[in-house]
Amino acid sequence: MTYIAKPGLRHPTLQKNALCLTRRDYEGKISTLCAGCGHDSISAAIIQACWELNIEPHRVAKLSGIGCSSKTPDYFLGQSHGFNTVHGRMPSVLTGANLANRELLYMGVSGDGDSASIGMGQFIHAMRRGVNMVYIVENNGVYGLTKGQFSATADQGSVSKKGVVNADSSIDLIGIALQLGATYVARSFSGDKKQLVPLIKGAILHQGPAFLDVISPCVAFNNHAGSTKSYEYVREHNDAVNRMDVIPERSEIEVDFDAGQTVEVAQHDGSILRLHKLEDDYDPCDRIAARNYIGQHHARGEVVTGLLYVDPEPADLHSHLGTIAEPLNRLGASELSPGQAALDKINARLR
Amino acid sequence: MQPTDIRDPNYFHKVVDCQWACPAHTPVPEYIRLIAAGRYADAYMVNWKSNVFPGILGRTCDRPCEPACRRGRVEENNGEKPEPVAICRLKRVAADNEGDVQARMPKPATTRNGKRIACIGAGPASLTVARDLAPLGYEVTVFEADPKGGGFMRTQVPRFRLPESVIDEEVGYILDLGVTLKSNQRIESMRAMLGQGFDAIFVGTGAPRGRALELPGSSEAAASIHIGIDWLASVYFGHIKKVGKRVIVLGGGNTAMDCCRSARRLGGEDVKVIVRSGFDEMKASPWEKEDAAHEGIPILNYLVPKAYVHENGKLVGMNFEKVRAEYDERGRRKLVPAGEAEQFFACDEVLVAVGQENAFPWIERDIGIAFNEWGMPVVDAVTHQSSLPNVLFGGDAAFGPKNIIWAVAHGHEAAVSIDRLLSGLNPVERPAPAVEVISQKMGIHEWSYDNDISRDDRFKVPVLPLEKALTSITLEAELGFDAATAWKEAQRCLNCDVQTVFTDSACIECDACVDICPMDCISFTGNGDEAELRTRLTAPALNLEQSLYVSGPLKTQRVMVKDEDVCLHCGLCAERCPTGAWDMRKVLMEMTHANSPCAKASRKQEVA
Repeated sequence: MTYIAKPGLRHPTLQKNALCLTRRDYEGKISTLCAGCGHDSISAAIIQACWELNIEPHRVAKLSGIGCSSKTPDYFLGQSHGFNTVHGRMPSVLTGANLANRELLYMGVSGDGDSASIGMGQFIHAMRRGVNMVYIVENNGVYGLTKGQFSATADQGSVSKKGVVNADSSIDLIGIALQLGATYVARSFSGDKKQLVPLIKGAILHQGPAFLDVISPCVAFNNHAGSTKSYEYVREHNDAVNRMDVIPERSEIEVDFDAGQTVEVAQHDGSILRLHKLEDDYDPCDRIAARNYIGQHHARGEVVTGLLYVDPEPADLHSHLGTIAEPLNRLGASELSPGQAALDKINARLR
Repeated sequence: MQPTDIRDPNYFHKVVDCQWACPAHTPVPEYIRLIAAGRYADAYMVNWKSNVFPGILGRTCDRPCEPACRRGRVEENNGEKPEPVAICRLKRVAADNEGDVQARMPKPATTRNGKRIACIGAGPASLTVARDLAPLGYEVTVFEADPKGGGFMRTQVPRFRLPESVIDEEVGYILDLGVTLKSNQRIESMRAMLGQGFDAIFVGTGAPRGRALELPGSSEAAASIHIGIDWLASVYFGHIKKVGKRVIVLGGGNTAMDCCRSARRLGGEDVKVIVRSGFDEMKASPWEKEDAAHEGIPILNYLVPKAYVHENGKLVGMNFEKVRAEYDERGRRKLVPAGEAEQFFACDEVLVAVGQENAFPWIERDIGIAFNEWGMPVVDAVTHQSSLPNVLFGGDAAFGPKNIIWAVAHGHEAAVSIDRLLSGLNPVERPAPAVEVISQKMGIHEWSYDNDISRDDRFKVPVLPLEKALTSITLEAELGFDAATAWKEAQRCLNCDVQTVFTDSACIECDACVDICPMDCISFTGNGDEAELRTRLTAPALNLEQSLYVSGPLKTQRVMVKDEDVCLHCGLCAERCPTGAWDMRKVLMEMTHANSPCAKASRKQEVA
């Protein structure tokens, strides 16, 4: 008769993964977002992806900022590390965490306000530095918590629930991520888990800055006629360039695609991204072509989705800086204080 | 698949597994909620309306509802041992705490409609016919060979399972409706009955003849060999007050369980049940076997009785042949000798409970009532009419031994037939059930039922300590749930009558329901034929007895498919639905009993 937690009972035939965990074991607390929020579907997709990849929950760090989207890490991976930062500051806190311990899987969850407005500077620098992370923007085009003002990603000309037309240019986070050197760039839609789950899996396996822009309709404030982020608009204007199947290293290859043109991209960790082309001339390894394609189709009012760009040999922040592989919390006194001889050596280099 | 037609009352009725399985279709979740709310009298009346004997059935029912209960399936792989809700014993809680319900009972008819009905035998079937018809103005006379009404519920169900006061109360409610009970009056001739000018005659005489087991030694040791049901009746009437120290009970049904447990209370110290079949194939209900085991009664299986062993007419034991089960390619079981030496079990008395038979020596075969080759009357399965349209059969007398709840169901159906027949309507046409649909939504997260699923395991009904229980044949062995335990047990009920109703035109396919559903019941997918669709849902729908709820095509041309199998009816799909495409609606279904269109018609005339 009150707000209840999701019952712990589960389907009697629910499968377990290699860690003997069921999908339900990757859940978090029950969502307090509005009913029908696209963000909840993204949380479910993250749960599904982590379960399928046998991710150990305690080896994941979820970081987020402020906003509806940034609340969601509470609703998945209840047994992982979590950090809720100041508004828009997730990328810098995550960068620090990553520098201190590169062995965790870093998942940054943010929204269009958190990343494209207050955290814009943070977002672009995390991308250009190449922090090895999964950066998910749950993009609904409005400020939901403050009742539906346009956000910076709202398309020019789209109409608010109250009938106001958005005069400002929109920020295309995908374009910026491509420009600034993200090595895995994808866009998807919260209402299409068949597309979204493999894209998250690919991003998790990718050893570099992976950026996912997930259109996630705000049912309360941005799901009306005139919106370009509504369930109906995105379904009608979705231009998926490819469908993907992620084949982790050493696993049997099962393909559920129809016969068609496929390309395989072997990632650095040994996993294979098998892409079924839906657009014949789309090459997901050509950064510049990708930017052009997305720009052209956006101008036509289409929402380009799929794996838009991947660099099979990504570099990340640690390789740029030449940092020690060992997490800082495991370094002993001898590594942290190498002694007079080491200091002399450094000093000699600076003379 | 075609979209599911939820206007068909059977669709949602089938989802309420317990109610669907109950022969009388008692609205189980409805009364369990009333018990949880402490509204015992209301719960009692829901039962009484549907199954007439809540106090009796709350102790003795064969509980077809419980194996059907969804809770049992839901708990698979979710804990130690999956168990259904203790529906039967919750019913008893309603009866134990009902208070005074006399004022809620129908009043005897003030005007008679001039039709006279005879019911032969005062068992549950006849009493149900009487209860349904008397308030409508029928003049119902029940003929009973024994001094009191109740039939085998009174004479053969032992008092330590069913106190006589409960029978008196519930038989009393019926007799108070202006029903005439002619007790101590055995009907010896149907021809004579037909000559008495009744408008309809209902035969509810049960299956009164216990099957004997003729073996070498039968006649010599006859004094120590008893037919189970006759022996139980003699115990009830006080003709038998004790039994030998060593007792063998033959047979694996519930009568055998009653016999062995009675024997333990009448001086039997070494009482054992010996059955031909395997333990698992015994006809007795599992809980009755457990009760016997609890009272220290071993059940020996795969032993075929061969001879009563006696010394100069004094029974000393029985010989058995050990057998084993073999199954042919069609899966049929055959018991073949195990090839071992015969086993001897010593005993002083044998109780034979190897089956019951119908017996109609009092129905002349030349009066128009057709009998089949097995000596059973030819009875219509729906109307319960015999080949004489005004003579109807119900309970064990109609289709052989079943149990009380079936007799009640037969009684209701026969009463409908009689009512229609005497109102000039075709009894083959049956009245549709009454269906009431009420949304349970009270607020965004508020429902008018308790949707928070209890994770408790089934609670055990407290019993008397064994040393006390075995001292008396009349002391009730089970104590029944107290109110606090009853509440906890009631919370295990999944409220399966609160249905998930889907409106496809409102759905925006946001997946919120799919994501929240704890049991993975809901899928949005392309349509297909049922067998194929079942394999590609969120969780495969492998229980073919449970329906798929399929919507019409949605905007993406997909359909919503819900597997009803393990739905918790928690309402989270409806809570998370932004558009109200899902709603939780209580679908309360009540079978329509005799409702006398002719009586209503005549009342209208009076008004005019």
